[in-house]
Amino acid sequence: MKALLSFLAVIVLILIATLGVDVANLHFLFGIIIPYLAFVLFVGGFVYRVIKWGRSPVPYRIPTTCGQQKSLPWIKQAKIENPTTVLGVIVRMALEIFFFRSLFRNTKTELRVGEDGPKLVHGSAKWLWFGSLVFHWSFLIIIVRHLRFFLEPVPYFVQLIDSIDGMLQIGLPPIYLTDAFFLCAVIYLFLRRLALPQVRYISLAADYFPLFIIMGIAISGILMRYFFRVDIVAVKELALGLVQLHPAIPEGIGVLFYIHLFLISTLFAYFPTSKLMHMGGIFLSPTRNMMSNNRMVRHINPWNHAVEVHSYAEYEDEFRDKMKKAGIPVEKE
Amino acid sequence: MAKVEKAKLPKPEEISNIDYHPPATDWMDTPTEFKPGTYCWGAKEKDLLTLGLPNPRQWSPADEDWKLPEGWETTILDGIAERLAKYRSFKIFMDICVRCGACADKCHFYIASGDPKNMPVLRAELIRSVYKKYFTKSGKFLGRLAGARELDEKVLKEWWSYFFQCTECRRCSVFCPYGIDQAEVTIIGRELLNLVGLNIDWIAGPVANCYMKGNHLGIEPHAFKGNIESMCDDIEDMTGIRVNPTFNRKGAEILFVTPSGDYLGEPGIYTCMGYLMLFHELGLDYTWSTYASEGGNFGFFTSNDMAKRLNSKIYAEAKRLGVKWIIGGECGHMWRVMNQYMDTWNGPADFLEVPVSPITGTRFENAKSTKMIHITEFTADLIKHNKIKLDPSRNDHLKVTYHDSCNPSRGMGLLEEPRYVLKAACNNFYEMPENTIREKTFCCGSGSGLNASENMEQRMRGGFPRANAVKYVQEKHGVNMLANICAVDRAAFPALMDYWCPGVGVAGTHELLANALVMKGEIPRVIDLRGEDLPGKGGNE
Repeated sequence: MKALLSFLAVIVLILIATLGVDVANLHFLFGIIIPYLAFVLFVGGFVYRVIKWGRSPVPYRIPTTCGQQKSLPWIKQAKIENPTTVLGVIVRMALEIFFFRSLFRNTKTELRVGEDGPKLVHGSAKWLWFGSLVFHWSFLIIIVRHLRFFLEPVPYFVQLIDSIDGMLQIGLPPIYLTDAFFLCAVIYLFLRRLALPQVRYISLAADYFPLFIIMGIAISGILMRYFFRVDIVAVKELALGLVQLHPAIPEGIGVLFYIHLFLISTLFAYFPTSKLMHMGGIFLSPTRNMMSNNRMVRHINPWNHAVEVHSYAEYEDEFRDKMKKAGIPVEKE
Repeated sequence: MAKVEKAKLPKPEEISNIDYHPPATDWMDTPTEFKPGTYCWGAKEKDLLTLGLPNPRQWSPADEDWKLPEGWETTILDGIAERLAKYRSFKIFMDICVRCGACADKCHFYIASGDPKNMPVLRAELIRSVYKKYFTKSGKFLGRLAGARELDEKVLKEWWSYFFQCTECRRCSVFCPYGIDQAEVTIIGRELLNLVGLNIDWIAGPVANCYMKGNHLGIEPHAFKGNIESMCDDIEDMTGIRVNPTFNRKGAEILFVTPSGDYLGEPGIYTCMGYLMLFHELGLDYTWSTYASEGGNFGFFTSNDMAKRLNSKIYAEAKRLGVKWIIGGECGHMWRVMNQYMDTWNGPADFLEVPVSPITGTRFENAKSTKMIHITEFTADLIKHNKIKLDPSRNDHLKVTYHDSCNPSRGMGLLEEPRYVLKAACNNFYEMPENTIREKTFCCGSGSGLNASENMEQRMRGGFPRANAVKYVQEKHGVNMLANICAVDRAAFPALMDYWCPGVGVAGTHELLANALVMKGEIPRVIDLRGEDLPGKGGNE
């Protein structure tokens, strides 16, 4: 139901773009105004959210320690999983951000009931890690590849990534590896959400919607490149115009392109209000980005207010006689 | 109040018959069930009064009416707003979860119940849904589509049920790709519940005791001294050596603080005897305190303020007695507090000195700010420098495995020190499977104040994954002793072992160390710390 609603929402978005461009001829709206608006909402919203997070302090130093602490000199410290240096934290965060270190730990617990009673088996489970990694890396490479539309001359690293990505040289234009990987990964993430009863149970419409919209973006992109070719020169002209702030709508770009662009714009505008902000949040996660040097360096809590305590004097007042009788030293005889 | 019936504990076969199929209804429409045996009693009026906490009254979770204060919704929502402003962790954890489900089967309560609301992701969603409704635009406008819902009494009861079905063990946070820590969410959830007087008796009672009398068990100073001295009698019977600890002694070099579970009840007291014997053998200049006679901190399971109020006694007492530094005993959550919170709350401890072992000269640079070290750090250092004589053959009748307590593992990283001590003290040591130890260790199922007796079914469920890993080494290697460094473990495991893997005993690390400790001038040891014959040592076998 939640998946269906999200799917319909994306269909509606596609219809809006199609009707808007093909029937109502609102090329200027869909080609220029909406993309600009989406970009502003994305950047503004992203910054707003990060500032909002940043304005709340981190009162306690609470890293999740995933390895041996630094204690005695002859005990080997896990310098990355339980870091006490800035470098350690940087490496920990880099592993987390680039390689999804924590997800790599994933296990699958199974209950097997045999003759000698129930047995829990905690086996390795790397598919989610692998699927997510392929998804995010392909997405990143595809975005970098798209820079060729926005920059003139096209920088060398973009050309390089482009040629590596198309190295199979199958078909004309050559098929990008990342297009295939990306589509497979996003479908995997979707099917996984549907097929695993537990994950389906926790999934919200807000979990399916970004998947469908991303699927829509990928499919429209692939259709444009391999099947229903659009005028690529005109697309670049539009993209450059947007970047150079004197936008103009060239003639003859097909409607497929506007669907692609509208879905991207929607994703951009939606991004800061959604769980997609995990992209920014991971950098600020206190259980991962803090040093585990609690006993070495005092962490300051900016709102560390005074609390009511039960003092020793009050305690002794209550128990003085009993303490004296038991031979426990007291302050006041 | 409704009469609360005593729940009958189901058999292991019944509990391990777990249905992992989610219910047919959406979780927001699935009512919370309060089944006897799976929840704790409500906090008592007198304890909340002692502590000056809100809404003191007699109530029972079994009642329909929880006697919530007027305007409780505003209190909770204001409480959420306040905490969003105070804790970046809370704000971020509310915002960035993608519901990938990686945490789901990492939680011992989910594994053992199949109840989807015990998946860490959904446990967080219980509060996230309310956050969305009142604090985000998408939730305000899209409502349920965005996973938002109104706060009402049913929701509050659901929070109470599930935030007291989380032991704040942090296992889920190890696996979360963003490090979302359900312990942090539960801590804040419980703080919110406490704003309207919804704690459990097993937490509020010990907290009130600790506040007034210095320890969770409410042991008064003379009784504290008496308990320790009767342990000294047992030590004398066993070794022929009279140990003479001191109490509240000014000018001692070291203050020793341990959880109260170590000086009342078995098998905790054997660990305590271990400390006493070790310190005596070393001639350590240390003192016990009756005022700071609690290392644990059930305040931590109430609110950060309450935790700070209890914790303040340790530095205050160290200052009053004029000690140089502090050693802390074997306890789990105590060490998350000492390691990650104490200095921030009640430091700087600039009146203390950086701990230096008077025996080995080792300077504990890792504790140069808090000035407090863990006893296994201290003992591992002694063993490394050959400063104590051990006869591990006295533990030869034991096949030992080691349970990493949640907090020292995931809130500190104390993994090798206790193993080093155990391996020096015991010849037969076996690890449980890799995915169930160290940072991936499973909770005893009774942590964070849930080790009451009325919730025994819940505890036996929660401890099932841990016990199952113990059973594995019991069957494979004949393991018969579960060593640990936590007083809650020592209190909770005996029942858990009897239930899931009978025949496995429970011991603190320093109990096993003291069994092996060869003391100067001791009589030949024929019994162990428990007063049982040592096989092969000439006892009356």
